[in-house]
Amino acid sequence: MAEPILKVSNIETYYGPIMAIRGVSFDVPKSSIVTILGANGAGKTTVLKTVSGVMDPQKGNVVFEGREIQRQDPDKVMRLGISHVPEGREVFPFLSVRENLAMGAYTRRDPDGVAQDLEAVFGYFPVLKERADQRAGSLSGGEQQMLAISRALMARPKVMLLDEPSLGLSPKLVRDIFEIVVRINRERGVTILLVEQNANMALQTADYGYVLEVGRIVMADTCQRLLEKEDIKEFYLGIKEQGARGKRRWKKRKTWR
Amino acid sequence: MGCIYGLVALGFVLIYKATELVNFAQGDLLMLGAFVCYMSVAWWGLPYWAGFLIAVVAIAAFGALLDALVLRRVIGQPQFAVVMLTIGLGAMFRTFASVTWGSEIYTLPTPFGGVWTVGGVTLSHQYLSIVAGTLILCGGLYAFFNHTRIGIAMQATSQNQLAAYYMGIPVKLIFSLVWAISAGVAAAAGILLAPVTLIDINMGLAVALKAFAAAVLGGFGSIPGAVIGGIVIGLIELYAGATLPEGFKDTAPYIVLLLMLIVRPQGLFGTLARKKV
Repeated sequence: MAEPILKVSNIETYYGPIMAIRGVSFDVPKSSIVTILGANGAGKTTVLKTVSGVMDPQKGNVVFEGREIQRQDPDKVMRLGISHVPEGREVFPFLSVRENLAMGAYTRRDPDGVAQDLEAVFGYFPVLKERADQRAGSLSGGEQQMLAISRALMARPKVMLLDEPSLGLSPKLVRDIFEIVVRINRERGVTILLVEQNANMALQTADYGYVLEVGRIVMADTCQRLLEKEDIKEFYLGIKEQGARGKRRWKKRKTWR
Repeated sequence: MGCIYGLVALGFVLIYKATELVNFAQGDLLMLGAFVCYMSVAWWGLPYWAGFLIAVVAIAAFGALLDALVLRRVIGQPQFAVVMLTIGLGAMFRTFASVTWGSEIYTLPTPFGGVWTVGGVTLSHQYLSIVAGTLILCGGLYAFFNHTRIGIAMQATSQNQLAAYYMGIPVKLIFSLVWAISAGVAAAAGILLAPVTLIDINMGLAVALKAFAAAVLGGFGSIPGAVIGGIVIGLIELYAGATLPEGFKDTAPYIVLLLMLIVRPQGLFGTLARKKV
């Protein structure tokens, strides 16, 4: 594995007195897709927020390109090249699609490059070009998700943090979006850290996966091997083993507990 | 008068939209603006326009400073704390003004002395200056918010602060700028108002209260709503003063406001934000 572009070591993050992340460490190698899986409340979003600087960890550090970036303001982290696509899209509802994209490129000073990227983005998501002058709030959920990804892409990031891009979308749309995420990764070399509940989709897309449960990483492996694991199959993919009598779920326990 | 309410209401709305704070010291910023302009013109002998400029810039800078030093610390605290804080700040400004400039009533000399007679209607330049000033300020702000990068960034910040952070927009700086603009607009309103009501330390109080009503009437959070709300309140006041018995002039706007809140609680132009999931 190449030297990681983003290295998170032993972070602990609290919501007030509640410890949401209990010492999480992971590496994101350059130009790869890494996914963090986990159920509701496992702390996935908190991990991303800690990386992008919205939340400050009490302990541990986040190293991006050899520099510690924990406890910095999110706009500074973003300027270093980490774009965050937040959960629930969070587009600017009363701005047009074009203005939303322009805000994505807020930190850039090269109008030519921005124009190029705008074309590239419209190439990935042609529907956004059709809707360029519409208010973002009037887009459908899937279109908003595309806009949120595009907006992050407009900053020409080195690393993109994707928080649950599949949330609330139809299976077809989810597949489309993941396909484009892979294209963005392959064609533009953008490193992607993907957080997902849709384990099947995420494992098929990503190269390396971590499983997060109640604030701890409980499993880490390549996605191929994760897909083979019994526990992942049962608890994240919902594939039950067909035993002679049909295994009863409540008797089976996760190996990592 | 309506235009002044509109301008002050605009200040309320700008700050509310961006930072979700309600600044009850808005009227006192207006008063400070008028005083600074008076001081420049009457004490230092500067021309009116120079005084105008100095006052607006000084109060705008003061607004930004206020945000950076005081108000940023109360973001996220209960609304009540903010209300008390800004009311307290307003009282401090009034005390400061009375210590510095005294509690007398001053007249600001203006270049708007004449009158125009158009079709039998006499229009004094003073009132025209208020209308023109409002139009220019609103036009300028409109252009700023819709056609400049930083203006759009301000809109973005007010719509979704967290996402603005993710875009690398320096949100804290934007907040200070919003305060500066809003304070500057209040100062301009104060100076335009000065020839009509004369300058004294309490000039901002009544105006701010009615402007607040105007902002609510227009739908708190809507910029055109604030200006139109201001004009509506001004007109209601005017007609009530002319046609209804003594005393209704000051209460009529609030009666209308109450009716408005019963019939259409989101105000004239208020939007109920909905979020798609």
